[in-house]
Amino acid sequence: MKLLRTFGLAFGLLAAQPASAALKVFACEPEWGALVQALGGSNVEVYTATTALQDVHRIQARPSLIAKYRQAELLVCTGAELEIGWLPALAEKGNNPRVMPGKPGWFEASRHVTMLEIPAKLDRAEGDVHPYGNPHIQTAPANIARVAKPLAEKLAELDAAHAADYRAAQAQFDTRWQAAMAKWSDKARPLQGVAVVSAHRSWVYLYQWLGIRELAALEPKPGIPPSGAQLESVLATLKAQPAKLVVYAAYQDRRPVDWLVQRSGLAAVELPFSPGGAPGTDDLFAFFDVTIDRLLRGLAGSKP
Amino acid sequence: MFRIPRAAIGACIAIGAPCAAIAADAGNAFNPKISLILDGQYAHYSSEAEAEVPGVVLGPETEFAPKGFSVGETELAIESNIDDQFHGWATVALENEDGDTVVALEEAYINTLALPHGLALKFGRFFSDVGYQNHQHAHAWEFADAPLAYRALLGNQLKDDGLQLRWLAPTDLYLELGGELLRGDGFPAGNDGEDDIGASTAFAHVGGDLGASNSWRLGLWHFDGKASDRRSGEDIETGFSGKSRISGLDLVWKWAPNGNANVRNLVLQAELMRRSEDGTVVSDPDGAADSSAYNGDQLGWYAQAVYQFMPRWRVGLRYDRLSASNEVANPVAGTSLELLANDGEDPQRVSAMVDFSNSEFSRLRLQFNRDESRGGDAADNQVILQYIYSVGAHPAHQF
Repeated sequence: MKLLRTFGLAFGLLAAQPASAALKVFACEPEWGALVQALGGSNVEVYTATTALQDVHRIQARPSLIAKYRQAELLVCTGAELEIGWLPALAEKGNNPRVMPGKPGWFEASRHVTMLEIPAKLDRAEGDVHPYGNPHIQTAPANIARVAKPLAEKLAELDAAHAADYRAAQAQFDTRWQAAMAKWSDKARPLQGVAVVSAHRSWVYLYQWLGIRELAALEPKPGIPPSGAQLESVLATLKAQPAKLVVYAAYQDRRPVDWLVQRSGLAAVELPFSPGGAPGTDDLFAFFDVTIDRLLRGLAGSKP
Repeated sequence: MFRIPRAAIGACIAIGAPCAAIAADAGNAFNPKISLILDGQYAHYSSEAEAEVPGVVLGPETEFAPKGFSVGETELAIESNIDDQFHGWATVALENEDGDTVVALEEAYINTLALPHGLALKFGRFFSDVGYQNHQHAHAWEFADAPLAYRALLGNQLKDDGLQLRWLAPTDLYLELGGELLRGDGFPAGNDGEDDIGASTAFAHVGGDLGASNSWRLGLWHFDGKASDRRSGEDIETGFSGKSRISGLDLVWKWAPNGNANVRNLVLQAELMRRSEDGTVVSDPDGAADSSAYNGDQLGWYAQAVYQFMPRWRVGLRYDRLSASNEVANPVAGTSLELLANDGEDPQRVSAMVDFSNSEFSRLRLQFNRDESRGGDAADNQVILQYIYSVGAHPAHQF
C-alpha cells in the first residue's frame, strides 16, 4: 500500500509538469535531427538518438533513449528496417502511442526516396540484408531534399500554429540546397568513374550520384565482419581490377581498412557518413562539403 | 517488440520503382513475425553427485543440463500487432524431459500499445520484470546457465500467469514503476488454486547515461508469494506450505567507446536477492511424510563482466554465491529437511566463458564452471560447449 501511495505521488508530481511549448522531436539519426532543426528552428526541441560515431544498425535500447522516446511528439527515422534491432525495443518499453507506426507522430524518411539495392531474394545467408533496400539514403543530397518537403508538411501538421514557418523554412532550405548540390556535383566531377572499396555498403546513394564505382566491400555480407580470407579475396580482386580508394566511416573497425591499405597501397578515406562524423560536419551543408573534400583529397593522394 | 509495418501498397505507389517486388508478397504481409531459437550443448561434469544445493529446496527443472550432447529448449516465438490497441506474443518451447519431447507454453501474453500517460498493461503468461536477468529468455543470457541465486531462489526464472501494469515517467531520467498480480504457480510460490491471487510483485527501475560511453540501470524489487503444498524434487518430492518473500537489487552497467559497441564493449551486471520463507516443509509427502516447521532466510548474489575485445569475440567472468540461515525444527537425517537445515555451506561457483557470434543470429560459446554449489570442499569442474541460433525475424533485445 505504501508503495502504491508513493507510486501515486510520483505520478501526480510528474504528470503535473508543464508541457514545453516547442514540438518534441526524437530523431533516430543525426541527418534527420539536423534537418528537423533546419526546418523547425526554435519551434522544435530536437533530440538525436544516435551519433555518427555509432553503428546505427546496432544501438542498445538504453534507458536514456526509452526516457526520450516516452516524451516525443514526433519520431523521425530512416525506417526501411534500419532501426529494427532497437526501435521496437524502445517502443515496447517507451509507452508512447503518439509515435507508433501509422500514427501522426511517426515519420519514416525512406518512404520518400527511391530505394536502391532492394534484394531480389531474402536469405540470411546473404547477411543482414534489408528487405526494403539499402537504408543509407542520407549519403546523397537529393534524398535530403526529397525528405525535407514531406517532413516540413509533417511538422506543419503536428504544430499547425507554426505551419507557415515550417513551409517558409523548407522553401528557403530548398533554394540553398539546390544551389549547394549544383556546386557539389561540379566540384566532384573528377570522382566520376573512380573505383573504390568500401568497409560496408554504406554509400550506394553517394556513389550513384557521383558516378563512383564500388568494386567490393570489406564485409563479405552486410553485418558480418570481414575475416582474413575475405580480405585476401578483396586484395585478389584489386589485382585484377585496380581501385583508388578505401572508404570507411568513423564508427567502423579501422583494422581491416589498415590491413588492405598496407598491402594494396590504396588511399584510405574516412567519410563522416552522418552529420557529426568528422569535425565541423554538424550541419548538413558542411557534411557534404567535407564528404566531397575528403574524397577529392584521397584521390589526389592516391598512387596513380 | 513489434514489427514496423509498412503499408505495402501505399509505399509502392509513393516510391514508384519497387512496386512489383512489394506487391508480390502483399498476400502474406500480415503474417506475424516468427522466430525459432535452436539451442543445444555438449556438457561435461567431473562430479556425478546429485545437483542439490544445501540450505535450499530447489524448484522444479533446476537440474544441470544432461551430460554429453543434448538439445536445449527449442523455442518458437510468434508475435504480431493484433490491432491498433493490442500486441500479442507467444513462445512455445519444445523440451526434453526424461527422453520425451514435451511442449511447454513458455509465454503467451497480450500487451497494450496505446494506453495514455505512459502506462502499459500486459496480461497472460509472461516472465516477471523483477530483477535484471529474469525477463530475458535463456538464449539471451550471457552464460549458458542461470546464476546460482536465480536457480536456488527463483527456480531459474520467475514466470507466471497474471497481469502487469507499468508506468514510465515523462522525464529525461529513466524511471519505471510497475507491479504484477499473479496466479502464484511460479516457483517459489505454489498456490495450488487456493487463492485467486497467489503472488504479487512490485519493481522500480531507474537508469541513464554517463557521458557518451556509459549507460546504466538500477532496479529494486519485491516478490510476495504463498505456497500451499508447493512440490519440487525429482524422485522424492518435497512439499512446502507457507509464505515466500524476496527482495532484490540489480545493477547493469554498459560501456562502449562513444556508444559504439561494434568493436569493443563491456557489460557489468550484478544482482542481489534475499528470500525469507516461513511455513512447513514435508519431505516425501506421498510416502514417509516427514514434516518440519521451517523459518529461513537465504541470500544470493552474483556479479559478472562480459567484454567484447574484437568484433564477434567476447569473454566473460562470473562469480556466484549463496548463504542461508534456516531454522528447521525437525531435520530428519537423509531427507531434504536435513539438506535445508544445512545452512553453513555457502555454496559458490566461478564461471568463465568465451563466445563467438558470426552474426546477430548465431553464437557459439565455451564455458567453464568451477562449481561448489553442492557445498563442502568438493568442486565440480564443468565444461559446456553451447550453440544458440536464431532463425527468422530479426531480434530486438532490451537493454
